[in-house]
Amino acid sequence: MKELAIISGKGGTGKTSLAACFAFLAESLVLADCDVDAADLHILTQPRIIHQEPFVGGKKALIAPDKCSQCGICLENCRYGAIKEVFEVDPVACEGCALCHYLCPESAITMEETLNGTWYISETRMGPMVHANLIPGEENSGKLVALVRNQAKVIAEERNIDMVIVDGAPGVGCPVISSITGVDHVVIVTEPTMSGLHDMKRAADLVRGFGTPISLVINKWDIHPGMAMEIEEYGKSSDIHLAGKIPYDRLVTDSMVRRRAVVEEDPGPASEAIVEVWKVINQHIYK
Amino acid sequence: MIVAVASGKGGTGKTTVATSLALALGSRSQILDCDVEEPNCHILLKPEITESYPVNLPVPSVDKEKCSLCGKCGEVCQFSAIVLIGQTVLTFPELCHGCGACSILCPERAIQEVPRRLGVIEMGFVKDVEFVQGRIRIGEAMSPPLIREVKTRINKDKVAILDAPPGASCPVITTVKNSDFVIMVTEPTPFGLNDLEIAVEAIEDLGIPMGVVINRCDIGDSDSKDYCARKGLPLLMEIPNHRKIAEGYARGVPLVESMPEYVDKFLNMSDCILNNKH
Repeated sequence: MKELAIISGKGGTGKTSLAACFAFLAESLVLADCDVDAADLHILTQPRIIHQEPFVGGKKALIAPDKCSQCGICLENCRYGAIKEVFEVDPVACEGCALCHYLCPESAITMEETLNGTWYISETRMGPMVHANLIPGEENSGKLVALVRNQAKVIAEERNIDMVIVDGAPGVGCPVISSITGVDHVVIVTEPTMSGLHDMKRAADLVRGFGTPISLVINKWDIHPGMAMEIEEYGKSSDIHLAGKIPYDRLVTDSMVRRRAVVEEDPGPASEAIVEVWKVINQHIYK
Repeated sequence: MIVAVASGKGGTGKTTVATSLALALGSRSQILDCDVEEPNCHILLKPEITESYPVNLPVPSVDKEKCSLCGKCGEVCQFSAIVLIGQTVLTFPELCHGCGACSILCPERAIQEVPRRLGVIEMGFVKDVEFVQGRIRIGEAMSPPLIREVKTRINKDKVAILDAPPGASCPVITTVKNSDFVIMVTEPTPFGLNDLEIAVEAIEDLGIPMGVVINRCDIGDSDSKDYCARKGLPLLMEIPNHRKIAEGYARGVPLVESMPEYVDKFLNMSDCILNNKH
């Protein structure tokens, strides 16, 4: 069983659109939507939820006002500015470290489990999908990503499915690191802009730290062929395999508006390129 | 005044809007790039950097001579960053949140705090706009502490424009917290709207007023506009999908330089925000 993660560095390059296309083109695979704070894959896959569970990621401190002697030890020691001067915890700032709980001489502070989100197992026309929603503004996205990936692997094993595709978040932080740890292959999707190149280099550096092979996809390449060439050259010089270039195509947005992956619709420049890209990625993974 | 620029969905045009707003306001403004994982403002602005310094998080280092193997450190740590296994205390610095609990609570005072590099802060200027950015070290998972450090450089005498990261979780909240206004930049597509709704919900809880800019307003459908109307979110600007803007952006040229007629539009938008006309 192979696990493939799709990341980008830069947001908006087309990770989710491609993940849905790959799921449609593959014979069988499990989808794992690991962009847990702004999940979009469900918009194209229309999942039918068959199981869901709450996700408790951490704890927040709570001060019992009747026990509090206002000594201020908690306020003095909190490094996150989470204790207000009226001796109330600001749950947005609280990181759940419990130092105040341990220091409070009156035992007035308890650590309360926090519901951070929900995760789901669903069926879609493209196969099983594991996805999640972090409650807006919440934390512990890395933990939720790990959970989604594990569940996807369990399903793949149970149903004898060969591949899990992880749709990752933008950036290079906690949820992205959690999405790529231990995967067999990473696809980096970029766009032909200076920001795209800058961010892709950082994403590639992150993956290289794990020693995982990388395939590169340049999306909307023809909006700036010069930048696309620069990105291709960078790939060549850094041992990153180019899986292909996808041209800009209005049909991608039009099919998104219709809640479909572009490869499900009538053929067009982007969908034809995506079919080829998927073939090449499979060659890279299984060589 | 502090104005944050956020979105929900990545790639909608936060940096495009933030940098053009700063350039339009000129010496009245300061721009702080809080997207520390992938800072892009410098690509469009090309600032002259005059100062930079590293930012660290304190993580535990155990003095084995003093350690009594009581295991209190592992007991109190909520992040599994320090643990007693057999006759050794192991630390996992990359999991540490820098709270100091293990060090403060160790009965033998055997735990020192040593720095874990988070990233760097870089400061300078572009024309007469003050510039600050944070850049996280690749491999560092936690962006909020570095974002908080960027925000300590806010100049209260200026209109401080914060370019936020994409998403709706703790890095975004850390950025927009205590702002006076948040500009939400979206694209009129189902992904754009879905993520906008999530981000708006996250920021609503902070009680900060918001307005929306619809970028590439001619590419998708009208659902985003309808949503803004229903939610009573002021529509601050609509930017069509001009090839000039896209090509300029690809080459690292800010919108107000590709299309100078937009300077007035950005000034009108800032007027609305600063004078509470929204």
